[in-house]
Amino acid sequence: MDALEIKNINKTFEGFNIQNISFNLPKGYILGYIGQNGAGKTTTIKLIMNHIKKESGEIKIFGKEYDEDEAGYKNMIGFIGDECYFPTCFTLKDVIATMKDFYTSFNEDKFREYVERWQLPYKKKIKEFSKGMKVKLAFASVLSRDTKLLLLDEPTSGLDPVIRSEILEILQDYIANGERSVLFSTHITSDLEKITDYLFFINKGEKVFYDTTENILESHLLVKGGIEDLTKELREKLIGYKSSSYGFEGLISSKDKQYINEHLLLEKPSMDEIIVFYINGMRRN
Amino acid sequence: MKILLSNKSDLPIYEQIKAQIKEQILSGAIAENEFLPSIRQLAKDLGISVITTTRAYSDLESEGFIATLRGKGSYVLPKDSELVREQYLKKIEEAFMAAIENGKLANISDDELIVILKTLLDEQI
Repeated sequence: MDALEIKNINKTFEGFNIQNISFNLPKGYILGYIGQNGAGKTTTIKLIMNHIKKESGEIKIFGKEYDEDEAGYKNMIGFIGDECYFPTCFTLKDVIATMKDFYTSFNEDKFREYVERWQLPYKKKIKEFSKGMKVKLAFASVLSRDTKLLLLDEPTSGLDPVIRSEILEILQDYIANGERSVLFSTHITSDLEKITDYLFFINKGEKVFYDTTENILESHLLVKGGIEDLTKELREKLIGYKSSSYGFEGLISSKDKQYINEHLLLEKPSMDEIIVFYINGMRRN
Repeated sequence: MKILLSNKSDLPIYEQIKAQIKEQILSGAIAENEFLPSIRQLAKDLGISVITTTRAYSDLESEGFIATLRGKGSYVLPKDSELVREQYLKKIEEAFMAAIENGKLANISDDELIVILKTLLDEQI
């Protein structure tokens, strides 16, 4: 069973389109949705949540389309963006009251457990919370509901590394029973390299690649050499490269390994390097 | 069970897990029939993806070190002496290859290499 199934969705805006995006996220796994600012990450998430209407295509969450069962569909989703969704004059008491009104599956004891664990203050108003505390509050309110798919829109941007790593642990906990999934959009790829099972890379509203993180890391090589080694033949095979008078550095698909001269330096690329060279290559063309 | 993952290693994460579990099975640190942590548990504890862990386990399974019972988890198979011998032979070959490479770099003849090996063997007794 797929937690999320997206088939050929399209949406046209002025000067920007989401074009034929398709992917499946099986239940029990984490998908990283990566791309630069403005690539279409937030738009995709909004389309999934039906906050904006798709023009064509199909979106299913655990086999269900939005129009089949609006309430059921919404209840399965837990969404966290990089803004706070509660009025900033609220205290935690107000949050609890609001959550109770809105969601039948809200579990107050669970919410209080998270509040204790992350030491969120009951008496302060949300506007006095730090950025990290606001994100934790968002997680506490989502995790104390009975959801099946987390949609996270850059939840870690602007947070310090300690909180970022805590969030990654929360996500792993969330999928640990094999029944729930996470779609996590970000431009900070170091967060993703280790814990994500799948990666979708979107650029200008179109898919660049979608595969398991393992396959993506394994199917690329970083190649370095002197500027005289950067032949026309090699340049055509490189996904992207940068050069200076001292030498060049580029990304190549592992299957094109035979085009690489023996004395060139080959290294395993990081996810960041893969992204950078793909974007570099697309700009060149 | 002890697993230390290095970010700086050239080996992919799943290879590192595989190598370390294998080592511990061969040395007896993980006993026969002992259950390994579940794939999802291990992924969570190590902070790595489920797919990476799955790959390490399925490789160990196809190499005959562990077996998986549906719904119960993976356990260590009795050590097949032939398999163990095979693993050690592989290690020995690798070590010899490294010695030969070094010999070439330092211009040491084949005969000299054999003398070194014989001397070392004699010292062991």
